[in-house]
Amino acid sequence: MNLQGKRVIALGERDGVPGPAIAACARSAGASVVLEMTHCFV
Amino acid sequence: MLLGTPTPDSGKLYAQTVTEGDPTWAGPLAGLALRLPVYHVLEAEIREQFASEIAEEQLAMPEMVLDARELGEAVKSVRETGT
Repeated sequence: MNLQGKRVIALGERDGVPGPAIAACARSAGASVVLEMTHCFV
Repeated sequence: MLLGTPTPDSGKLYAQTVTEGDPTWAGPLAGLALRLPVYHVLEAEIREQFASEIAEEQLAMPEMVLDARELGEAVKSVRETGT
């Protein structure tokens, strides 16, 4: 999957990789982040 | 969709929810197959696309404590076989 030009939903987790981190990485690859969230899976 | 789940089980649950529908039948996506392409942010084929400075800054700590290979395999399994 090439992220360049793709729209991404960044679904992060508190105890894993948070949403803002995923979003920053996705943007660095040329993706457009349309939704960014950080959940807590319990 | 890029996931940042910390365990293979939670990764599978999230991946199944956005592909085949909520497997627990408890939420609004029960029975609704969105069939979204889903990856874990630490999967190699995704991770290698990130700018190195950004990836180092954002992912260095999670990569030290999480098993990227197991996480990637769990999400990939759902993506390719649905289970």
